[in-house]
Amino acid sequence: MNKLLEDPIVLREVIMDHYEYPRNHSLVDDPKYKRIHMASESCIDDIHVQADIEDGIVKDVRFDGVACTISTASTSIMTQLVKGKSVEEARVILDNYFRMIDGQDYDEELLDEAVCMKNVGKQANRIKCATIGWNGLKQLLEEGEKQ
Amino acid sequence: MFDVSKIRQDFPMLLDESGRERELVYFDNSATSFKPREVIEAEMAYYTRFSANIHRGDYALSYEADQAYDSARQTLARFINADEREIVFTSGTTQGLNMAAYGLKSMLKEGDVILSTLAEHASNILPWFRLAEQTGAKVEFIPLDEQGRLTVENFKKALHERVRIVAVAQVTNVLGYLADIKTICALAHQAGAIVVVDGAQSVPHRKVDVRALDCDLLAFSGHKMCGPTGIGVLYGKYELLEKMEPMMLGGGANKRFNSHGDLILSRVPDRFEAGTVPIGQAVGLAKAAEYLQRIGFDAIEKQEQMLQKHLAEKLKAMDNIEFYNPESDSAICSFNVKGIFAQDAASYLSSRNIAVRSGNHCAKMLVEFLGTDATIRASMYFYNTLEEADRFAQALQGCTLENCIDIFL
Repeated sequence: MNKLLEDPIVLREVIMDHYEYPRNHSLVDDPKYKRIHMASESCIDDIHVQADIEDGIVKDVRFDGVACTISTASTSIMTQLVKGKSVEEARVILDNYFRMIDGQDYDEELLDEAVCMKNVGKQANRIKCATIGWNGLKQLLEEGEKQ
Repeated sequence: MFDVSKIRQDFPMLLDESGRERELVYFDNSATSFKPREVIEAEMAYYTRFSANIHRGDYALSYEADQAYDSARQTLARFINADEREIVFTSGTTQGLNMAAYGLKSMLKEGDVILSTLAEHASNILPWFRLAEQTGAKVEFIPLDEQGRLTVENFKKALHERVRIVAVAQVTNVLGYLADIKTICALAHQAGAIVVVDGAQSVPHRKVDVRALDCDLLAFSGHKMCGPTGIGVLYGKYELLEKMEPMMLGGGANKRFNSHGDLILSRVPDRFEAGTVPIGQAVGLAKAAEYLQRIGFDAIEKQEQMLQKHLAEKLKAMDNIEFYNPESDSAICSFNVKGIFAQDAASYLSSRNIAVRSGNHCAKMLVEFLGTDATIRASMYFYNTLEEADRFAQALQGCTLENCIDIFL
């Protein structure tokens, strides 16, 4: 893995950057996109996640809404990580991310910048923030599968 | 003589195992308060010395529990200057307000109006929305002034002949403004409306006299006034309670019933307390009321005003703070750290052993008024100190985006 991602100062900057300049941050009005509303019951995180999945490829993922640093940054990083990946690859990335948050073994290479969330579990009440967007995409992938 | 350092000794939550002060600044008192030792012991005594159900007085223990429960009701009646028949024990403010809305259903017809405000807690608006939907009545909002206050002037303008119910908080839970309930009641009564008061944030902090206010119904919670969770009071004027339909039926709420479905309800207030009542909690709540009265609401108000003034001055002087209620009537400060999401700032404060609440505080309509999605609410009680307010303000100085993120790394 990129050695820089072991440095807390770098990790902080990754989070700040994705919070202040979130990527893929705006929804599009296009029927190709599936959309899901994720509203936390315990805090006020309230976001929409959109995905355009065609021919087994995650062509685009977008999000918007009211959210804290952790949920904004983690979702922003996710959109970049999975964009252009096959549904199967995206699923593996998601699975590794949830394993990391859960304190289990995970593949750092696959998660790249998302490793900045590895210690969020220290603040147990914020795990939901770090996973709200990721759970949204997971559900969109599952729905896509059913159809 | 009010001595905050002595008072703090009464609260086990403020102390560590060796009896010294904990490294904790607890500023979430609007959500729930800590309990003094004597309240905890009073509740425990029910479980260790006279545990029995009430109104089964065939044995001495049950009689003792009966006495304790009745005596708790009398204590709460004295506490707000009501008659004991006017005190209904509930699970808390939310249940009290739901019981009020349910009980008043038969008094509403299509086109009637329920007046409320955008500053209400969910518990004092959602039951009214539902009641309006069920009866064809509608909910209208009294405009708040530019600070977010409910003023008598605006109330007068909003009041009209179709208004049947006025449902407002005496003190609002985000901005802490005190409404002039006495004048509102007088005006509402002239117009033929009844007034339901959410007392959750007022009763713990100031002397509330229901006769002086002349309100028709008033709900409050035990756990915000140094009492146990799971108990509260719905006060109602006796004649009004007589007319209200109980929300729940069951044991204790009926005198007689038969297989034809004929039912004679118990007297007021018993008919509103179906099922086994929270006996231990009632005993604890009575002790909490006595505790507050012993300290005295004059002293409590004075301490809280001093804390509010002190912290408000600090917050006003800080460039990085957006402060929503510098003129609050309560020891509640609602604010944001500029550029930082409320929950992130609250998490940072938590890393400094400071407990505050972030979010919309169940007042989801108010955040629209404030023009923000969320705020941080620091709410103090009489056992808080100026030193804690200083520690809090100092921690806020260090509340930068970098520091907020570092707690996650």
